[in-house]
Amino acid sequence: MSQAVKMDSRREGPAVARPVYQIERMSKSFGAFRALRDVNLTLNKGEFGAVIGSSGCGKSTLLKIMAGLMPPSSGRVVLAGKPVLGPRRDIGMMFQQATLLPWKTTLENVLLPIEIRDGKAAARDAAGRARDLLELVGIGRAEKVYPGELSGGMAQRASICRMLISEPEVLLLDEPFSALDELTRDFMNMELQRICLERHATAFLVTHSIPEAVILADRIYIMQANPGHVAEIVDIDLPRPRNLDMINTPKFGEIVHYIREKLGQEAFGT
Amino acid sequence: MTDQGYTAAKAEHPAYEGDTIWTEQEPLIDRIPRWLAMTGLMVLILGIWFGLTATGLVSPIILPGPGETWDDIVFVGRNMVTGGYVLEAMWTTSRTVLYAFALATALGFSLGVLVGETKFGERAVMPYLVAIDTMPKVAFAPLFIAWLGFGISSKVALATFIATFPIVVSTAAGLYAASENERMLFKSIGATRMQTLLRLKLPTGLPYFFTGLKIAAVGVMAGAITGEFLGGGEGVGALIRVSASQLNTPRVFSLIIYLSFLGLALFLMVVWLERTLVFWRKSDKPSGMG
Repeated sequence: MSQAVKMDSRREGPAVARPVYQIERMSKSFGAFRALRDVNLTLNKGEFGAVIGSSGCGKSTLLKIMAGLMPPSSGRVVLAGKPVLGPRRDIGMMFQQATLLPWKTTLENVLLPIEIRDGKAAARDAAGRARDLLELVGIGRAEKVYPGELSGGMAQRASICRMLISEPEVLLLDEPFSALDELTRDFMNMELQRICLERHATAFLVTHSIPEAVILADRIYIMQANPGHVAEIVDIDLPRPRNLDMINTPKFGEIVHYIREKLGQEAFGT
Repeated sequence: MTDQGYTAAKAEHPAYEGDTIWTEQEPLIDRIPRWLAMTGLMVLILGIWFGLTATGLVSPIILPGPGETWDDIVFVGRNMVTGGYVLEAMWTTSRTVLYAFALATALGFSLGVLVGETKFGERAVMPYLVAIDTMPKVAFAPLFIAWLGFGISSKVALATFIATFPIVVSTAAGLYAASENERMLFKSIGATRMQTLLRLKLPTGLPYFFTGLKIAAVGVMAGAITGEFLGGGEGVGALIRVSASQLNTPRVFSLIIYLSFLGLALFLMVVWLERTLVFWRKSDKPSGMG
């Protein structure tokens, strides 16, 4: 399925670090409840960021604000130099479930964002690009199939294509493979890495799986609750492209251990 | 288990060498084929019916025998084929039912969208709908006759009145059926409220809507016949009432049977429409799940 692809090295020298997504002093309250306090975050072009934290630490709220689905209470949220004031074409999003519409074929599902934003004619024009994307994620043959006949992994591949079709500046991933079984999830994570490297994509992942965050991310934001804030930033300097064998290396274990300690501190109040 | 433990256990229980073949037994009653089961039940019911009437246990005025009823079914059938008065009555009732069904669908769908899509509908309109729905709607028949006369329109009104509510409730429920993720997806790709309604909520709600239509198809028949009982006119309901008052019980039976064909036709039409429109429900797997 995954053909060998040429991968250009991820960073063309350390000098070019163009910030794509910037969040400064951002807070969010729901009435008296403070969900997020003073979050600062910068995603550079081609960088893979991840946020990890226990449930209730505000990571989903953070992602919704980043996606323009919810306004912040204060602070700056800026994507590609423009403030995020609502859902935007240059934001691609992926959810826990594939969320494909059962009455549309795989291809039509991929084209949904175009159809909604630009109409049916534009969607027809983009069909070629959608087919290329399906090819890229290895389900080119499923274009005419309805989602009811796709496996969980294939459905998530289709939803990756739907996220990529509008060529977003940033990919926001909300525990994208958490509904899949573990074998499929590992495989899909590697696929995700391959796609991100190939397209030089900037991505931001929300997860509660430490190994998943470590294997995918360049930088991990550890969040703690009450109120939600970034407690620590961990840079992961494992080489790219990463593979599943790295999970068994001592270095990987060390990083996972370190993050677990940090998260444990919050959970048990030590 | 250690290797030693395994060896010891094996020594204690020597392996059975042959194949292990066994069949699961289904109970006898579950193995009867459908056609046989249906025919058998029919024969049983006809037998009891015949027994009750032939022995004179039940007066033929109260319950005519199967033979007598069959003769009348044939008679009424002939009358309809030759374009007699029963055909005209059938036509009147069919029109009543179809008009009422169309009206109830339009009205129920519109009110359903109002209730399911707007806060105003949900908060202000719905309580009144629930209140009216709990009333015995047949009791409104005299009012409809007073307002609309003894013609077809008073029957259409009553049947519509009865059939509208299940459609309202099921349409509104259908609009709530789209998942949180699906709503978020539509929001994230910049869909307007109208786009979300038309491209997400309505298609998702279609199966619910059709459930309401099926209930309405039954209700509309009951409403039309009740209207004809109470308001006279030219429909089958009026014929039944006249036949009953003449103690022509076989006629009542055969008219009911022909009416049931009408009801069945309407119901099957809805089922066919559902199969065509909700084509993706053929496989029972929920979308996008493994």
